[in-house]
Amino acid sequence: MSKEKNTNTDIIEKEYTTLNLGPTHPATHGIFQNVLKMDGELIVEGESTVGYIHRAFEKIAERRPYYQITVLTDRLNYCSSPINNLGWHMTVEKLLKIEIPKRVQYLRVIIMELARISDHIICNSVIGVDTGAMTGFLYIFQQRESIYDIFEELCGARLTTNIGRIGGLERDFSPKAWALIDKFLAEFPAKLKEFENLLMRNRIFMDRTIKCGPISAEMALEYGFTGPNLRAAGVDYDVRVMNPYCSYEEFEFTVPVGTQGDTYDRFMVREEEMWQSLSIIKQAIEKVKKEPAGVYHADVPEFFLPPKEEVYNNMEALIYHFKIVMGETDVPVGEVYHCVEGGNGELGYYLISDGGRAPSRMHIRRPCFIYYQAYTEMIKGALLSDAILTMSSMNVIAGELDA
Amino acid sequence: MSNTLLDNVNEKLKAKFGEGILSAEMHYDFPVFTIRKDIIHDVIKFLKEDEELAFGFLTTMCGLHYPDNAGHELGVMYQLHNMPKNYRIRLKTFFAISDPQIPTITDLYATANWMERQEFDFFGIIFKGHPNLKRILNMDEMTYHPMRKEYPVEDGTREDKDDKMFGR
Repeated sequence: MSKEKNTNTDIIEKEYTTLNLGPTHPATHGIFQNVLKMDGELIVEGESTVGYIHRAFEKIAERRPYYQITVLTDRLNYCSSPINNLGWHMTVEKLLKIEIPKRVQYLRVIIMELARISDHIICNSVIGVDTGAMTGFLYIFQQRESIYDIFEELCGARLTTNIGRIGGLERDFSPKAWALIDKFLAEFPAKLKEFENLLMRNRIFMDRTIKCGPISAEMALEYGFTGPNLRAAGVDYDVRVMNPYCSYEEFEFTVPVGTQGDTYDRFMVREEEMWQSLSIIKQAIEKVKKEPAGVYHADVPEFFLPPKEEVYNNMEALIYHFKIVMGETDVPVGEVYHCVEGGNGELGYYLISDGGRAPSRMHIRRPCFIYYQAYTEMIKGALLSDAILTMSSMNVIAGELDA
Repeated sequence: MSNTLLDNVNEKLKAKFGEGILSAEMHYDFPVFTIRKDIIHDVIKFLKEDEELAFGFLTTMCGLHYPDNAGHELGVMYQLHNMPKNYRIRLKTFFAISDPQIPTITDLYATANWMERQEFDFFGIIFKGHPNLKRILNMDEMTYHPMRKEYPVEDGTREDKDDKMFGR
């Protein structure tokens, strides 16, 4: 009987279905296309197509003065643009060998950690949405709004911030900004706790995310993972600890790691990172208080744009303004690489200067682009619904992926 | 620390590959080595498998184009990282634009797959042995490699943006 059954299945030729997941699918949160070969609900293999919002940043950068490249970096990981902006400024400052005052470094730490929290809020609440839990998303997004209000007060913009300047920040934190930060610090812990209560030990959420899209530490390193995704797999690599920039070595914080590298671990690592960021911000505020007030940029008139009122009334400021805007300041010849811990991993800028007003070559190490190639490997044999969840938990941002 | 790393790696590479190591110098905080094109794969394999150096992580790589360096116009930059010891180095190799071929390192690092596709896409560098070498960010129908220096960013028909005011 069983033998006969076997021969029957041999006759029936197995056919796979080809499914286009994306480019514009509401569950992919961006323009990602994956051509999947499906065996019913199971994914046999897939191929990613990327480049739908490619904007040739590396080419454009070869024709732009250094300070104009900042706006390009906004559009990389637009969920945490301040980290990209400040990372770029730090790269150029490294090339120019500019020493940044401690107070400015601490202010930058506050900005970058706020940006990290807003980035993780988006990723984690969207994991909730993809498991069917809309409530947490709606609750916690109010906090992201508060962070954007702070950014608005600091630089005038909310999403694509263009925050900071080469040599410092464009202006000091206003009393209103400090008040908003204090308000956020007072409100956020309770809200984050509420969000965690909704999901963290929720049986449905745990069943849905544990063992969903796992990756081992070896595989993650092989595929160039960095950031929360690598830490969820159990490797404690954090640029802030390994190659401290902006005085991160003076701060007390722990680097959370996972064990399984699955969606639940990625969620948990990001949750804990938000608590750590909160603690870093509090420490930074204390440190700022000990520094001389009012310092918000280094004393580098050749590169830091003077205030507008001085440009109109002061000859020297006018000359510096003109030289910076027309790109007549000499930039040293050299090549630098500087990396920061971005929202989803090591964001690195490689910059070659030949002395001209624009870089001769600028290359961006975009963490998304590098780890997204493991996605089709991670979803092999998984259910389609798990593939959606894996993608949202990897925090793939189209702007960074395609640059 | 970085200087000792430079000397350390340089010594090991010189002992193993001799003349193939064209230069070794510090650029800011990074030891940078220029390697002859034909041994680049062997050098990276050696650096990855050496017990002490063990560069197990490929941070990034990118293409380079210097039109004025006759015979060595195109190049590739690799950045390797040994995470436990926090060693970071940069390797460079240059070759002629008329023969833009270089061995792939996808057999050493899986992550090199898309990185190499990206540099093929933008510079036309052919990575020999790559499993799936096709364009990645640009459309497949494109006939040129746009990051090469001969392609200007600005539209050639524009007359208001001359190089005197807006160029490099």
